[in-house]
Amino acid sequence: MSVDTHAHTNGNGHAHDHGDRGHGGHELPFWKKYIFSVDHKVIGIQYTVTALVFLLFGFCLMMLMRWQLAYPGQPAPALIAKLIGENAMPGGVMAPEFYNQLGAMHGTIMVFLGVVPLAVGGFGNFVMPLQIGAPDMAFPRLNLASYWIFLPGCILMMCGFFVQGGAAQSGWTSYPPLSDIATTGQTVWLLAMVLIITSSLLGSINFIVTIVQMRAKGLTFWRLPFFVHAQLVTSFLLLLAFPPLEAASVLQLMDRVAGTSFFLPSGLVISGEQLKVAGGGSPLLWQHLFWFLAHPEVYVLILPALGIVTEVMANNTRKPIWGYRLLVYSVIFLGFMSFVVWAHHMFMTGMGTTMSTFFQTTTMIISIPSVVIVTCLIMSLYGGNIRFTTPMLFATAFLPMFAIGGLTGLPLGLTASDIYLHDTFYVIGHFHYVVAPGTLFALFAGVYYWYPKATGRQMNPTLGKLHFWCSFVAINFVFMPMFFQGMAGLSRRLYDPTVYMHGRGVQPLNVVISMGAWALGASQIFFIINFFMSLKTGEKVLENPWNATTLEWAAPSPPGHGNFLTEPVVYREPYEYSVPGHATDYSPQFVAEGN
Amino acid sequence: MDEKVYGWWLPPDVSTHGAKIDHLISVVHWFMLLLFVGWGCFFIYCLLKYRQRPGHKAIYAPIAAVATKYIEGAVVVVEVFLLFGLSTPVWLAYKNSPPDDSAALHIKIVAEQFAWNFHYPGKDKKFGRTDASLISGDNPLGVDPEDKDGKDDIITVNQLHFPVHTPVVVEVSSKDVIHSFNIPVLRVKQDTIPGQRIPVWFEATQTGHFELACAQLCGLGHYRMRADVLIDSPEDYAKWEADNLPPAAEAPAAAAPETPPAGNTPGPSDRPQEPEKAPKGEKK
Repeated sequence: MSVDTHAHTNGNGHAHDHGDRGHGGHELPFWKKYIFSVDHKVIGIQYTVTALVFLLFGFCLMMLMRWQLAYPGQPAPALIAKLIGENAMPGGVMAPEFYNQLGAMHGTIMVFLGVVPLAVGGFGNFVMPLQIGAPDMAFPRLNLASYWIFLPGCILMMCGFFVQGGAAQSGWTSYPPLSDIATTGQTVWLLAMVLIITSSLLGSINFIVTIVQMRAKGLTFWRLPFFVHAQLVTSFLLLLAFPPLEAASVLQLMDRVAGTSFFLPSGLVISGEQLKVAGGGSPLLWQHLFWFLAHPEVYVLILPALGIVTEVMANNTRKPIWGYRLLVYSVIFLGFMSFVVWAHHMFMTGMGTTMSTFFQTTTMIISIPSVVIVTCLIMSLYGGNIRFTTPMLFATAFLPMFAIGGLTGLPLGLTASDIYLHDTFYVIGHFHYVVAPGTLFALFAGVYYWYPKATGRQMNPTLGKLHFWCSFVAINFVFMPMFFQGMAGLSRRLYDPTVYMHGRGVQPLNVVISMGAWALGASQIFFIINFFMSLKTGEKVLENPWNATTLEWAAPSPPGHGNFLTEPVVYREPYEYSVPGHATDYSPQFVAEGN
Repeated sequence: MDEKVYGWWLPPDVSTHGAKIDHLISVVHWFMLLLFVGWGCFFIYCLLKYRQRPGHKAIYAPIAAVATKYIEGAVVVVEVFLLFGLSTPVWLAYKNSPPDDSAALHIKIVAEQFAWNFHYPGKDKKFGRTDASLISGDNPLGVDPEDKDGKDDIITVNQLHFPVHTPVVVEVSSKDVIHSFNIPVLRVKQDTIPGQRIPVWFEATQTGHFELACAQLCGLGHYRMRADVLIDSPEDYAKWEADNLPPAAEAPAAAAPETPPAGNTPGPSDRPQEPEKAPKGEKK
């Protein structure tokens, strides 16, 4: 608790210094200010930049895989083949084990090193304390520790590519016994996961305490911006779901290095030889532990995105969010339900019919709050005065994309149709619609929306719109054809889909998808240019460039150490736009009546 | 092997139970399409009608939208129907009513990296005893050569023969890692879990040459872990069985030499399998 009060008074005590000053009024050395900073904004930006780099890297892995899928067995362009090396691409043709490495690492990187750190570590850290009017997180040093455990975890994860046998290649789900007997890369994967999970745990405790303890005066729970509610539920999910995976990772690590057999049954025969282990373990135990995390994890990916979309939509429709309380109740309900649906990933493992009926019922129940959320957000458009700014374009596109992702979950959640669709490309299409044009579009909306707050400059709107339209068109060419491939029965994770008759039928779609993926990659160049160029040439802005109502727009852009020049007081609900009789079309939370 | 039957939607269904699954898939998709188009129209209407333009103002007062409650209610009703009206009965009917044991053909399926072994009981309808410690190059399933029940067993690799219009009960398991037994045209899929034997049944409605695909990532050769599924007429099946029965007075040691002609062809890229093996054993 001493850390808490210390940070609090320190922040407020220096509020009049226009920031940039640390303890005792001395200028902080560079490494303390930008490297080992305890400032939530610096840590948030560190998370954001790290995560964006990994998102790009994870996407590059996928673009590489798409070559093999579009043109199986054909040598890749010479430059790429040379860059990857003879080991992984002998004669320019991708080796199957390298393909599996790319697949496993793409999933791992996108989820654990990309989206979660960006949505929670990046936006959560940067925006949430500002939105609740706090000078910093409750435990700034814990926050520092969280990032500096995360980064070594990421670096370790990358080291997997350089050990003998290459990186982990048993899928991001790492099902044993395959993962138990895989090459050294899997051990590296497990160690890295332990670090990354620990980092998330530290972060989640910090978030919960901060939101509960450090809200500004007048900021009751029903006045919190929806983004903060979403972060609070997310933090609880991380806190409660990650420990089982951490335990499971340690168990699998023991299986690999200490000769235990938690996940290895007796009598395994690998390549004609009996495996010399004690046996008696269960491969399904891992799946239960893994999905007990990984299903709530899906909501960890989507809830912060919903929060961002809500913020951006309220601001750009210039009207209060429709059904704000309903949204909050829905995410809390989603949070609870997300803990009792995990086994719908395991319908094909031979579970009893009672179990499967229970899990398909809970799965249908969890779809209801999602429908409510989409309805609330669409209804928020109704009667608005919609500004199509770059963040709003991404937030708007989020809705139909998330709807496709959500709806296609239905036939997968029903056991009978899942018999056919399980482990096909239909599944890939389904969850990518949720996470890529869903969550990632929301995260882009967030970057465009809060960039002026973080840097004091706007991003270029023309480049932003180019980025949006190119990405929007390309991404649908990537994921829409996957539903047809899945319907045709094509299994996921196939190095060469043309081995199968039903794979050859849909092979032309693979070419379309790959073209789409590469076009999507090219579209990101607009974003990268915009991101760096705007640091120097972007239009300078004051505190509140979007005429927004929430607290982060009361702080200077960029906010100094301690965030606010004067301690903010909250007077009203978060989205008071277009109040009748008011001079402007927005009434900020932090401005007293009559202004 | 007619590739023309495979298009961009569901492949033909040649099973007795698959029609209900296909029906569910199509009902769910019509429902999804209806919801999406409905939402989409309203969504686009809002984007056009309420775009920012001079003189236009947003409405502050919350819109009393009774329709949304009805729509949400309707979604709940449809989902309850999908769940308890379609999916659960189909699933329970399929899972809980395996065919009569005496009438059915029993086959044991053992998956391994990266091949499918099919173990038929032969004329006596009894499987020979198997033991993992007896597994060797020419005895892939470890059939006990001493066991008389195993004398007439047929073991094939990557070739699954069975007769049309006969219920087939397969018991799937795995030697090494998790695979998944998946025959798209028969609408069956079942993960094969090492250490477990899981029964699956199906009954084909037409003859033909189809494919069995592994649906669960099982290592570098996962993509080529396919088997031919040959649904024969009863006469053809009887002939096949007779042709493949081991010679009656055979020496006990050679219990399973009768690998069929197209047997263990590993696929287009025949790479060595060493990298898949654990460095684990070496370390100890």
